[in-house]
Amino acid sequence: MRETRFWTWHLLAGIAILIFGGLHMIVMHLDGILGWFNPAGGSALDWANVVVRSQGFLFPVVYIILLGVTLFHGFYGLRNILLELGIGRCGRVTVNILLVGGGIVLFTIGAVAAIKAMGV
Amino acid sequence: MSKQDTGARDIRFIIRRFNPETDEAPHNKEYTVRVEPGMTVLEGLHQIKGEQDATLVWRFSCRMGVCGSCGMLVNGKPMLACNSQILHLTNSVLTIGPLPNFKILRDLVPDLMPMLKNHIAGKPHIVREDFDPALTPTDEYYQTPEELVRFLQFSYCIKCGCCMAACPTMALDLDYKGPMPLAQYHRYNADTRDGGFEERAKLAGGTGGVVRCHYAGECSNVCPKGVDPARAIQLMKRQLVAGYLGLAKQQEPCGTIGPDPNARHREGVPPPPPFTIDRK
Repeated sequence: MRETRFWTWHLLAGIAILIFGGLHMIVMHLDGILGWFNPAGGSALDWANVVVRSQGFLFPVVYIILLGVTLFHGFYGLRNILLELGIGRCGRVTVNILLVGGGIVLFTIGAVAAIKAMGV
Repeated sequence: MSKQDTGARDIRFIIRRFNPETDEAPHNKEYTVRVEPGMTVLEGLHQIKGEQDATLVWRFSCRMGVCGSCGMLVNGKPMLACNSQILHLTNSVLTIGPLPNFKILRDLVPDLMPMLKNHIAGKPHIVREDFDPALTPTDEYYQTPEELVRFLQFSYCIKCGCCMAACPTMALDLDYKGPMPLAQYHRYNADTRDGGFEERAKLAGGTGGVVRCHYAGECSNVCPKGVDPARAIQLMKRQLVAGYLGLAKQQEPCGTIGPDPNARHREGVPPPPPFTIDRK
């Protein structure tokens, strides 16, 4: 049942990416039309807008969730591709360890960056 | 398959040969056979064995597409040799090899045991907690025609291995159980008489289970019995995910109708033979 669990979370992560990634795209690329979450006006990447978003609660949480689900979705897909290359049992264990370890490291770096940005 | 010219003609058979006792690697050997209209690949092989090369080995039994023994790779496509007419396939050259994705035992004989072991592991029979169907074979089940249709097509599988040979995931993934065993897990899971879902879910949802399927669909394309293993696998994916999320309908296996207490033996009809196994 382990693979069922992973695969279900892979699907759920895909849905989460659609929602949170969609929100990210709207904020970043439709700023000229909608101007959502850009209180200082102008471009979404203007320093003032970035600071306001980073210091709130919503965006750090959204970005941490987006980072987590994207890493899981991407690394699980990569794991499936690698495991289908006909590698032996030892290679499969190595792939699992590297991807889980790499995912945790990348998530920690990203999450710390998002949390630190709240205090800017 | 398009119908070709119906006259008899000479066809070159290029057959993959391998004898593990004498050969280091498989090699091709050519034979020429006078093929009459209606002649099957299996009959062509018999003619070669009878008239040209008695050492040629393959597996066959029923000669009518029922037993699933003579699955082989004919002109690059897995099919039953007994079910395929030569002149429907070619006018000149016929290449024949053993089913891919299996170890070759000799010539055209693949080792089907890994596939069958996975099949047996999934308990390919009705599993009940309340009684053993093998010991009470006379009870009838309450099952509607609609419930029968849910699994009927999957029960036509003859375990020939053609789907396993056509599967691209089988060719790469060492752990993948393959379309035949997985489709048969679904055949029993979808059967309302059965209560063995949890046991099969551990296999289907574990390493090498249904999530490894890429839905290439080749298994369904080549099945000589018209079974759709790819569909069975997708249905089981849905069932497993729904079960994990707690969205699956909890359903007990259907009940049985015991022997009719009012039934009487009709005069002049011989009594049934005694049971061959001990009944509880």
